[in-house]
Amino acid sequence: MTRPALRLENIVKTFPGVRALDGVSFEVLPGEVHALMGENGAGKSTLMKVLGGIHQPNEGRILVGEEPAVMANPLEAKAKGIVFIHQELSLAEELSVAENIYLGELPRKSFGRVDWATLYARTDEILKKLKVGFDARTMVGTLSIANQQMVEIARALTVDAKAVIFDEPTASLTDSEKVVLFEVIDDLKKDGVGIIYISHRMEEIFKITDRISVLRDGEYRGTLVTKETTEDDVTQLMIGRSLDLSRNHEHAEVGDVALEVRGLSCGDLYRDISFEIRRGEVVGFYGLVGAGRTEIAETLFGLRAPSAGQILLDGEEVHLGSPVDAIARGISLVPEDRKGQGLVLGMNCRDNMTLPQVGDLTAGPFVSDGAEIAIFDQYRDKLDIRTPGWRQTVGNLSGGNQQKIVIGKWLSMHPTLLIVDEPTRGIDVGSKSEIHKLIRQLASQGYAVMVISSEMPEVLHVSDRIVAMYHGELIRTFTSDEVTEDSLIQAISGIRTDGGDKAA
Amino acid sequence: MAPGTWSTFLRRGAIWAFIALELAFFSIAGEFLSVSDKAFMNWDNMLLLLKQSAPLGIIAMGMTLIMVNGNIDLSVGAIFALAAVILLDSMTWPFMAAMGDWSFLLAWVFALLAGVALGALNGFLVWKTGVDAFIITLGAMLGFRGLVFMYNGENPTSHLNWTLVDFAEAQFLGLHTATWFLLVVTAGMWWLMNRTVHGRNAYAIGDNREAAVNAGIRVGPHMMINFMIIGFLAALSAVVFYSESGSVNPNDGMLYELWIITAVVLGGTKLTGGSGSIISTLGGVLAIQILRRGLNHIGADTSTVNLVIGLILIAVLFLDRQLNVKGKEALRI
Amino acid sequence: MSEAAQERSARNAGGSSGAKVGTFLAKQGILIAFVLFMVSFALASERFLDPDNILGVIRSSAILGVMALGVTFVVISGNLDLSVGSLMSFSTIVVLDLHDTLGPALAILAMFGMTLAIGAVIGFLVGYLRLNSLIVTLGMLSAIHGLTLTWSGGQNMDIADKAGTWFAVFGQGRALGIPMPILMFALLAAVLGIVLAKTPFGRKVYAVGGNGTAATFSGIRRARTVFTCYLISAFCVATAGLIQASRSMGSQNTVGQGMELEVLAAVILGGASLMGGSGTIFKTVIGVLILGFIQNGLLLIGLQFYVQFVVTWIIIILAVWLDIAAKRGRLLSPIA
Repeated sequence: MTRPALRLENIVKTFPGVRALDGVSFEVLPGEVHALMGENGAGKSTLMKVLGGIHQPNEGRILVGEEPAVMANPLEAKAKGIVFIHQELSLAEELSVAENIYLGELPRKSFGRVDWATLYARTDEILKKLKVGFDARTMVGTLSIANQQMVEIARALTVDAKAVIFDEPTASLTDSEKVVLFEVIDDLKKDGVGIIYISHRMEEIFKITDRISVLRDGEYRGTLVTKETTEDDVTQLMIGRSLDLSRNHEHAEVGDVALEVRGLSCGDLYRDISFEIRRGEVVGFYGLVGAGRTEIAETLFGLRAPSAGQILLDGEEVHLGSPVDAIARGISLVPEDRKGQGLVLGMNCRDNMTLPQVGDLTAGPFVSDGAEIAIFDQYRDKLDIRTPGWRQTVGNLSGGNQQKIVIGKWLSMHPTLLIVDEPTRGIDVGSKSEIHKLIRQLASQGYAVMVISSEMPEVLHVSDRIVAMYHGELIRTFTSDEVTEDSLIQAISGIRTDGGDKAA
Repeated sequence: MAPGTWSTFLRRGAIWAFIALELAFFSIAGEFLSVSDKAFMNWDNMLLLLKQSAPLGIIAMGMTLIMVNGNIDLSVGAIFALAAVILLDSMTWPFMAAMGDWSFLLAWVFALLAGVALGALNGFLVWKTGVDAFIITLGAMLGFRGLVFMYNGENPTSHLNWTLVDFAEAQFLGLHTATWFLLVVTAGMWWLMNRTVHGRNAYAIGDNREAAVNAGIRVGPHMMINFMIIGFLAALSAVVFYSESGSVNPNDGMLYELWIITAVVLGGTKLTGGSGSIISTLGGVLAIQILRRGLNHIGADTSTVNLVIGLILIAVLFLDRQLNVKGKEALRI
Repeated sequence: MSEAAQERSARNAGGSSGAKVGTFLAKQGILIAFVLFMVSFALASERFLDPDNILGVIRSSAILGVMALGVTFVVISGNLDLSVGSLMSFSTIVVLDLHDTLGPALAILAMFGMTLAIGAVIGFLVGYLRLNSLIVTLGMLSAIHGLTLTWSGGQNMDIADKAGTWFAVFGQGRALGIPMPILMFALLAAVLGIVLAKTPFGRKVYAVGGNGTAATFSGIRRARTVFTCYLISAFCVATAGLIQASRSMGSQNTVGQGMELEVLAAVILGGASLMGGSGTIFKTVIGVLILGFIQNGLLLIGLQFYVQFVVTWIIIILAVWLDIAAKRGRLLSPIA
């Protein structure tokens, strides 16, 4: 067997009060694509920070080739041949492609001058390898997201890389861009570079990786050979038990139409969208990132002005100029970005939960403590929110409990229509299934629920009907009885079957 | 054309268009309203204008660097005053007096070193405490001013060195000494920001600090160097100004920081960092100076100058926002 | 992302006793510093704790203090107000000038109206047009100064018949034996403290400053909230201008110059974060008093007034530094 390109031995990383990594060991061979999987919070990003020199491990060691490597900062990690392709693009938009690629190590001449000739020559050489359509002098801010990603990748090629780490590289790429990315990975592989590939997308993992290592709760759970394993095995290892994501077969009693949308358009974001949601019904919206689902939700919540079309609530046309209007009409939105849009992280649990109605919870001119605490207690019990008390700052809660605070915030408003955007993103398995159960429960209590999700099992699990979207268009609406995984995937890739869109 | 190019072009070119507009306006209005017989676009008048732009302009170059970095420095007015006090007072020290007229060279060194040291202190605190530069330099603005007062009480500090005054009043190729200093500083800072690794790193840090850190750029020392540079320039500005005037009041330089920030923002530098240009800052400095002189020329008083500059600053901010609006479909938050 | 947060939360929750002491110091640090100052000055000078001295200090802090109350609202909402000093000069000049033509009552009314109108303009620019508050108020600082100079024609403003008016009552009068400036400061602090801590509006101010996007997503009218904060700030400035004018019965155009940064220093000293979302009226009052007592204490032990600038500098940086040091769990910043 060949010598590993990179090897981790019994890495332990603790933070006060928490063991983030607990004895993680695995190795990446030269020319191998090694997937690293685990749920959010399993320790992947901590591990990557240890590898990248941002955190120092408390125990254990890292070997690059045969050399034990101690990396005090990201630059040292890079010098040792460990290169990152970050998930969140870490580029300076006002600088040129070349300056970004050689950020932190621009070639110098005397007096600290930049050696532009060398810089551009080297960069163009790398860009040629990647077959991209822009040159070294282009300002990064003018590039598309995919091309920016290519700039990130080009960085990896500037050094004699022993190991390259890709963190969710395909999150914002189109299919054709993915093909290019996989070619690049293949080239790196042929050059004998070891690759760590972090992704949640099983389909990609099984397509391009050789082995899969799994982390759970900061512990190393094992390594599987991709060819000899199945998705179920990997899932089992990741979550320790199987998550019940069977198809939804119960149908709540469906009542009147709560929301009807007719020919709604919003610039280039989405076009001519029509659907309806009845009381007691969960309608799932499925599609790729950028398909326009979140934008529809934002329009329904008064955050975007539609350029055409009608929104009808209980049969009556409404014009929603702001969230204040939407809330007054009985619409609630649990947003996609929990920390950025859902919560004021520095505020306590109670104040966050009562925020939309704080103006009504008054005794005289003052906020009534009692009324607020009553609401908080009610929904803490109902949603099983685990917190030491209402005074706890929301930023200190786990993702699952934070999400429940946001849901509680909107349930306490007794909405007619509840919109939930990516309900379980970044949440542990336990809370995930609780939230799924809750969504079904709400439907059975007569709420109209709109669920936006990028996880197919989730959509299939909670929805009565599923709307498939592609590039701002509604491709087809499925009932839960007729939908198949294949037809759903085709629909969100823009392939119309069954006679085009069938407005529900 | 790539998206954003037009608004970038407008932003870069706008300040020069604005200057042209100002010059045209004051030339024409001057014909009717002028309190003097001279035309506004008179050569001597323009030379004087450049000279008077120097004290603020020299510091504004440093402020551009600081703001491109994503920081701000509110203490430059106080550094300016302290350097001036040291400059003038040091020439009266016995061993300096013994050296004769040329002791002023050493006095310059003392003043400039003081500026660098104060800047270094600010930068070091920003680096090591992690407190926002706004607060560190807000405190320093008070603290350094206190040092100015402690040095010589509430009295002015004066010393006239005629060699120095001759030097400061000299004209070379038609331009005043102060103007040359401004031009050299502008050229030097342009070179620093566009041609050196340090300058390019300044943009990278202001644009995406985390990326810069991940790329191994040492942000702390980098910022400290920038504060030393602006400290140096604030002291240099004092050297240029007080070499000629020879007397400093402990309150001199107050509110300089606000004028300087106004000039830099007029020049299009973003408050959030990552974007800004030395040449445009020069435009911002000149625009303010032309406005001041121009309004004087047509007989308006200080009050109008203040009013107009304040309103222009807000108008520029508003226009810049309008140029970058994404359209009706944008999220209403 | 979520892992980092969990790491942080774990660090906060499971801190050692040392960390708890640190947190306590950070939370109550400003009070502790206050007590330490008072004790050391009291030891250094017997006149320091004299009731007359204490009342004198509070009275001379009242103008700064009243302005700091309003700026506290603005800062908690996540914005800055650098125009308060300039606006205070304006209201002082206006009320003095109108006094002789309109009489005291109408002059005060007109001055409050005009000051509030300027506050509304700032609130509109920052709240509704979403322009950067630092630049807007910087521009307003200059513009209002211009307005003041235009109004006064560059002259000092004096009340002609100083004996024949009740106007002096706000600055020089007493009620219940307490000087009026102190009474007005205390009353305003109490009312605004309750508004901020107990009313729905106060809650909205914290939400908007803590996370403006999340506040919008919760149906809070962000623009209106910010707008109102600037109105409150303008009201406080008008009150400060009234006290100033009434105390001196005459004024220069530049009476408030530079106060914007002193006010901000007091608010920051009180622990409000410039990022918004934190701070209280009570702490701002403490911040104001600390500045006032330092000044007084230093004078009493025979130092010049300007020594206070240096001391204030050190205190502000220490206060903010220790505050964030406790939050991040280490003294020095992790900046490389």
